[in-house]
Amino acid sequence: MPLLTCKQFLEELSDYLDEKSDPELRQKLEQHISDCPNCWVICDTTKKTIQVYKGMDPVPLAPEIHDRLMAALEQKMARKDLKV
Amino acid sequence: MSSSPIEIDDEGAIVAQARLGNASAFNELLRRYERKIFRLALHITQNREDAEDVLQESFLKAYEHLDQFQGQSKFYTWVVRIAVNQALMKLRKRKSDRSVSLDETIDTGEDNIGREIAAWDENPEQKYSREELNGILVSAIDGLPPIYRAVFVLRDIDGLSTEEAAEALELSVPAVKSRLLRARLQLRDKLTRYFKRKGDDAFAYM
Repeated sequence: MPLLTCKQFLEELSDYLDEKSDPELRQKLEQHISDCPNCWVICDTTKKTIQVYKGMDPVPLAPEIHDRLMAALEQKMARKDLKV
Repeated sequence: MSSSPIEIDDEGAIVAQARLGNASAFNELLRRYERKIFRLALHITQNREDAEDVLQESFLKAYEHLDQFQGQSKFYTWVVRIAVNQALMKLRKRKSDRSVSLDETIDTGEDNIGREIAAWDENPEQKYSREELNGILVSAIDGLPPIYRAVFVLRDIDGLSTEEAAEALELSVPAVKSRLLRARLQLRDKLTRYFKRKGDDAFAYM
């Protein structure tokens, strides 16, 4: 089983973090991380990157934006009703 | 995938009601997704006014063309598709002659990968207040090209599957995957500047 290069490891990193790699490849990737401290750091910090964004606060939607949207929609709905 | 069958059925019923002209059913769909659509529009256009326009135009279009929604995909995926097109139009208008596409040839970003290699603090979030942290996260995403921003927001923040993101963005599955990888690696690189462990600056792992 040939060893992976760092470039090959990085190409597979997303699938690995999403747990989408097939078992044979996964084993090779894990072997690579245990042998290569740089790739271990990249893997670990990419995982943390994804985690920190998952916990990000939602963008607040100002009530007036919601109200404007509702008003525009109500107008549109009223026009649609008229056509019927 | 992660949503239970009840939720899917539930949403299917709401969409069906909305298609029959039930206004409160459509309003329910709007209430569910307006924040997500606004966030996505904000990340693509990077302009609050444009994002508000995109939000409004997307839901008005969705309402107008609801009879064209096939129901094979999720309602959200369908609205995202409309919103992304609206947002790209805004970008194009602002950049006038420069075309903006999610499918343009991408810079592989090789030089952005692994430029910063340093381990992070155990709980990097604790270094900053919520507000500061949000600012850092948003400005890191906003530093990415639009093609990466959209893919990252849909996959890693909204939690769409690769297939759903591909459908919403009208990209192939491999195109979504390669953009997601580049986006994640570039964000990692940017965040390392903030989150690296003290004393790791000059520490080479080689």
